[in-house]
Amino acid sequence: MKPITDLIKDLADQHGRDRHNLLPILQGVVEQEKYLSEYSMIEIARELDLPATEVYGTATFYSFLEYTKMGKNVIRICKTITCSMKGEKQILLAIEDMLKIKVGETTPDGKFSLLQTNCLGFCHKAPAMLINNEVYTELTPEKVREILTEYLNQTTEGGPNVN
Amino acid sequence: MRKKIKISINGESVEVEKGTSILDAAKQTGVIIPTLCYHKDLCIAGNCRVCVVEIVGQKRLAPACATPCEDGMDVLTNSFKVRNSRKHIIELLLSEHNTECTSCYKNGGCELQLLASEYKIMNQDFINLVPFHNYTIDMFSPSIIKDDSKCIRCQRCVRTCAELQGVNALTMSYKGDHAKVTTFFEKAMNDVVCTNCGQCVNHCPTGALVEKNYIEEVWNAIADKTKHVVVQTAPAVRVGLGEELGFDPGSRVTGKMVAALKRLGFDAVMDTDFTADLTIMEEGTELLTRLKGALVDKNPTIKLPMATSCSPGWIKYIEHMYPNYLDHLSTCKSPQQMFGALVKTYYAKARNLDPDKIVSVSIMPCTAKKFEANRPEMHDSNYRDIDYVLTTRELAIMIKQAGIDFMKLKDMHFDRLMGESTGAGVIFGATGGVMEAALRTAYEIVTGREVPFDNLNITPVRGIEGVREASIKIENPLKAWSFLDGVELKCAVAHGLVNAKKVMDSIVSGKSHYHFIEFMACPGGCLGGGGQPIPTSPEIRAKRAEAIYAEDEGMPVRKSHLNPEVIKIYKDFLITPLGEKSHHLLHTKYTPRNRF
Repeated sequence: MKPITDLIKDLADQHGRDRHNLLPILQGVVEQEKYLSEYSMIEIARELDLPATEVYGTATFYSFLEYTKMGKNVIRICKTITCSMKGEKQILLAIEDMLKIKVGETTPDGKFSLLQTNCLGFCHKAPAMLINNEVYTELTPEKVREILTEYLNQTTEGGPNVN
Repeated sequence: MRKKIKISINGESVEVEKGTSILDAAKQTGVIIPTLCYHKDLCIAGNCRVCVVEIVGQKRLAPACATPCEDGMDVLTNSFKVRNSRKHIIELLLSEHNTECTSCYKNGGCELQLLASEYKIMNQDFINLVPFHNYTIDMFSPSIIKDDSKCIRCQRCVRTCAELQGVNALTMSYKGDHAKVTTFFEKAMNDVVCTNCGQCVNHCPTGALVEKNYIEEVWNAIADKTKHVVVQTAPAVRVGLGEELGFDPGSRVTGKMVAALKRLGFDAVMDTDFTADLTIMEEGTELLTRLKGALVDKNPTIKLPMATSCSPGWIKYIEHMYPNYLDHLSTCKSPQQMFGALVKTYYAKARNLDPDKIVSVSIMPCTAKKFEANRPEMHDSNYRDIDYVLTTRELAIMIKQAGIDFMKLKDMHFDRLMGESTGAGVIFGATGGVMEAALRTAYEIVTGREVPFDNLNITPVRGIEGVREASIKIENPLKAWSFLDGVELKCAVAHGLVNAKKVMDSIVSGKSHYHFIEFMACPGGCLGGGGQPIPTSPEIRAKRAEAIYAEDEGMPVRKSHLNPEVIKIYKDFLITPLGEKSHHLLHTKYTPRNRF
C-alpha cells in the first residue's frame, strides 16, 4: 500500500487537478483505504487547491464514499424492497451473528465493516450483497457463512476481489 | 442594449429586457413575489421554491427567480395553484424548522416567520420533523452562533462564504433529508477557516446564523455602579444604525446615536474615529519607514507592499490562507483595539480612574471584532483591552429596549479626550477610506503640501469595484524625505475577501508592485459589515457610502494629523508615532493558522 500523500499525488497526476477531477480521486483513495479520513480529505484539498469543505461536501454526498473508518472488507447488504421481501433480514441476522457486529460497525480485528445499501440492480437475483466490489446474489444464510468464511481465511491482501 | 420582449404578469402587459427573470419583471409592475433563498448579492440558486409562479400553458410551476422571461409569456403569481403550492412549501419548510419563535434571537427579523405570518400558516398539515433530527447548536465561536434547527437550507450562507468571501467555511453536506449546512467534518465554526466576518449572519433569512450577543452583559455593566462603562462607536455604525430605527438607508445619525448612548447610561461616549486618526499616524509612519527601509537601505527583511490591518476578518483570512505573508501586514492594531488599550491606560490616568473598574464596550458594524477583542494578545493594558463588542444591530436592540424614541433625540457630541475625530477617521467605514486617509496624511508629511486632489477627495480609491488601483507621484518632497523624490506610490484597495484573494495571489506570483494595499473583509468595507442592519444590498451599501463621504465633507478637520486630540495624545502620552509606548500599546503581532 502506498502512503496516502503519494497515492493522492499519483491520482492527481493521473486524473488532473481541476475541480471536476475530485470525484475520481476520492474514488481512488477509497479503493485503497476503504474510507476517506480527515487527513486524506485535507491532503486532497491541498493537492487540488480546493476548499476542504468542498471535499467534505462531496464525500458525504455519495453513498459509496465512506468518511468513517472502515474494515478491510466492506459488506453492503441491499435494503431495497425486493431483497427485503426475499429474506434480506435473515441474511443480515446471519452476518451479524457470525461477525458479532451490527449495521454500521466494524469488527475489532478490522477485517469487516457491515453497511446497508440501496438497490444494487440485482432484484432478479435477490437477496444481494456487495463485498468490496464483488456482488453476491441469491443469498441464503448458509451461503453467506460460506462466503464470509472464505474472506476470513484469506491471509494475503486482495483475494477474490476483482476490480 | 438588449432586445426588449413583452410578457404579461397577472394580465398586465410589461416590456422587459431579454434575460430578465420573472421575479425582476414582476417587481417592475409592482408585483411582489416572496423569496427566501434569493439575495441580490448572490447567484441564483432556486433552492427554496417559495417564489414559484404559474406560466399559462405549462404544467409545472416555475421558480420566478431562476426563470428568464420569454416573449409572450403569460405569468400568474397569485393563481389558485400558485397560492396552494406556496403555502405547502412554507408549511414543509416549517415542518423541519424549530418554530420556537418567541425564544429566538431573530424573532421579528426572520424572513420565514414573516412569510408564515403573511400566509397565515395556522394548522400544520405536515408532521413536525424537528424532534426526529439531531440538530445541534454551535456556540463555541465568540462571534457567531450556528443553530441547525433553524436552518432552511436555502444556502445563502454557503453562497455568501464562497462567492463574496472565497472562504468556504460552510458547505452543503450529505443529501436528501439528511442534507445540512456544515463546516469541514462538522467542526465548530471556531475551529475552521471561518474569519468571523459575519456576512453569513447578515445574509441568513432565519435565526440559523446569528451573532453571539452580549446585550445582557453590557446592561449588567451599566447597572453596576462600581463600574465606569466607556463606549466607542465605529465610523460605519453612524450611517447604518438609523436603518434599524426607522430611518432610510444612508441616513447619518451620529448626534442621535451619541445622545442615545448617553441615555442608555454609558459613563463616557467616545469615538473609534479618534483611534482611526491615530491609526493613520502610526500606519502612515510605518509605511514611510518601510519605504525608506526597502528603497534606500535595501533591507530584505522589510516587506512591501504593506497591507492594512484594520479589518479583523481580513486578518484572520490572511492568517489562514497566506500564513507566509504575515510580514506584509502593518503591525498596527485595529482602531478598536488601539482604543481599548488606551482606555485602560491613557484615559484611566487622565480621568484618575482605576482601570480595573473600567468596562470598555465597543459598537461595531462587525462580528469579527468580537473575535478580535477575544484574542489572547489583546491585553496590553494589563487588562482585557475591550470587554464587550456589540454590533450595530445589538445597539439598536438596546435602544429599543430602553424605550428611547430615537427619531426625537437631539444631537449630542462625543465626550472629550478620545472623542474628537476628523473626516479622515470617518471614511474608515467605507472601502478605500483607510487608503484615502493615509494618503492625505502621508503625502503631506512627505511633501508639506496637500494631496493634489480636488477638495482632498481622492476619488480613484473610492467606488465599488472589487479591486481598485491608484498611484501618486511624489515630487519635490521635503528634505528629510528626499529619497522619495520621483517615486510613484502605487496603491491598491480590495474589499470582500474574494477580491483580497485576487490581490494576494498577484503578490504571491510576484506580478504586482504595489507599495500599500488596503484590505477590507466585507463588501463595501465596514459599512457593509456583518454586524450592520439586515438587509444589506448593493444599493443600501452605496447609500451608506454616500453618507460616509458626506459626513467627511461636513467635518471641519479632514486630515488625521490635524486632529487636536491626536496631537495632544502624542504630546502628553505617546510622544511619537512608532515610539516605545505606541509600540507596546498600539501594535501587535499575528498568528499563522491552518488553511485546511
